[in-house]
Amino acid sequence: MQHRVIGALCAMAVMGGVFAQTPRKPAAKPAAQAAPAPTAEAKDAATLEFEKFRAEMEDSNPAELFEAKGEEFWKSRHGPKNVSLAESCDLGQGVGKIEGAYVKMPRYFADADSVMDAERRIVWCMVEKQGFKFDDIAKRPFANENFTPDITNLVTYVAGHSRSMKVDVPLKDPKVREAYEIGKEMAAYRAGPYDFSCNTCHGSDGKRIRMQNLPNLSTPKGAMSGVQGWPGYRMTGGVMLTHQWRMGDCFRQQRFPQPKYASDAVAYLLTYMIGNANGEVYKGPGIKR
Amino acid sequence: MTKNILLTAIATSLLMAALPAAADPAHRAQAVAVIKKDFQPRGQASLDRLAEDGLQAVCNRTGNKPPEYIAKGLEGDQLAGVKYPADGKLMGDWKSGERLAQSGRGFTWTDDPGLPVGGNCYNCHQIAPKELSYGTVGPSLFHFGKLRGNTLEMQKYVYSKIYNAKAYNLCSEMPRFGHVGALNEKQIKDLVALLLDPESPVNK
Repeated sequence: MQHRVIGALCAMAVMGGVFAQTPRKPAAKPAAQAAPAPTAEAKDAATLEFEKFRAEMEDSNPAELFEAKGEEFWKSRHGPKNVSLAESCDLGQGVGKIEGAYVKMPRYFADADSVMDAERRIVWCMVEKQGFKFDDIAKRPFANENFTPDITNLVTYVAGHSRSMKVDVPLKDPKVREAYEIGKEMAAYRAGPYDFSCNTCHGSDGKRIRMQNLPNLSTPKGAMSGVQGWPGYRMTGGVMLTHQWRMGDCFRQQRFPQPKYASDAVAYLLTYMIGNANGEVYKGPGIKR
Repeated sequence: MTKNILLTAIATSLLMAALPAAADPAHRAQAVAVIKKDFQPRGQASLDRLAEDGLQAVCNRTGNKPPEYIAKGLEGDQLAGVKYPADGKLMGDWKSGERLAQSGRGFTWTDDPGLPVGGNCYNCHQIAPKELSYGTVGPSLFHFGKLRGNTLEMQKYVYSKIYNAKAYNLCSEMPRFGHVGALNEKQIKDLVALLLDPESPVNK
């Protein structure tokens, strides 16, 4: 098929646009105007139920439990090198400083010569400063019903210290800008059995899959709704999950293979998405369906 | 083999010359390199899925807006690949079609590759009026047959559109369900019936 397509293109280009006639798409009969179908309610029962739950949870956000666990890990000594992250890890605001760090990532870190999102940076600190093995962390990077990795707690803790702050990815940094531009192109890349790209679902306004609204990640508001609520406590299964996890789940539904954990690929896409949300207010770790 | 490689090389260079360059070819090339480097196979989702086929390459390089003369030619090529039922019957059972339209299963790394793939139709389209949980990525298909009739020509159009949506709109968002082997002949016929059978709730 590949050769046939390319062959056709080749022949076409050679012949200067001469091609066989193909059957025309039959036009709809304009006369018979059918009655419009009943439209879906703006919010279905499940959405209303969820919003009620979220409102009730506002005072006791389950994410806070994970923040507390993350704080404990951040401040105490761990790993083969027996150091704490509080005394060794620089998230871009100085060693140990976490206020506002989450909303100012991804950013470029010279010590790693990489653009890193929050989760990737904390993993880097655990490996470089505490002496953990990357492969051990990457083996089980995300939570399930029975297990929450330390990295998830740490990300939640750090994110909690950017509550009510404006997203401010340093896009003026040429290295960050480069990551943003590559991420933008990645979002447009169609492949796989269904020809999907990120933009198939997230490239225009007002679209839904079933009842689920699809944010347009190229706009500030749309991008922010892709950022808001992560890391998030997911009612389904009762697990705490990070933005890195969410990116992987998008690729799953895109019918792609899995992006490698804490990789350039995820960092660049997050730079594009979070960078587009610059100026929007981050409400902190949230609750998800 | 050599001939094919040569053909591909000629086509690629012509493609570069013939198509308007992507808005940002340098970053696109870097994006492709990052994608090749930073993915791992999982479940049925093998790494070969990352490679663009010819059509994807054209759409990716033109921001999904290839020049008309290229689009028309390649659409014709996609249409030529549609395999119609040998007995010429294009309408199946709308009830089976409705069940199939509801299912969004298939092809993800968590899907069992041994199980049948769903039609994914309601994910993106309004179809029968009873189902209110429908997506809006694609147009509404409510009253599809009532508006257009169900002539053999129309059946053939719907069959081939589901088999390969790119036969009519080269860079359509809709998957090529028959072309990639997601849906078989009987399943596509059942979906044709869901849209065109006068008895289908779509046309009531």
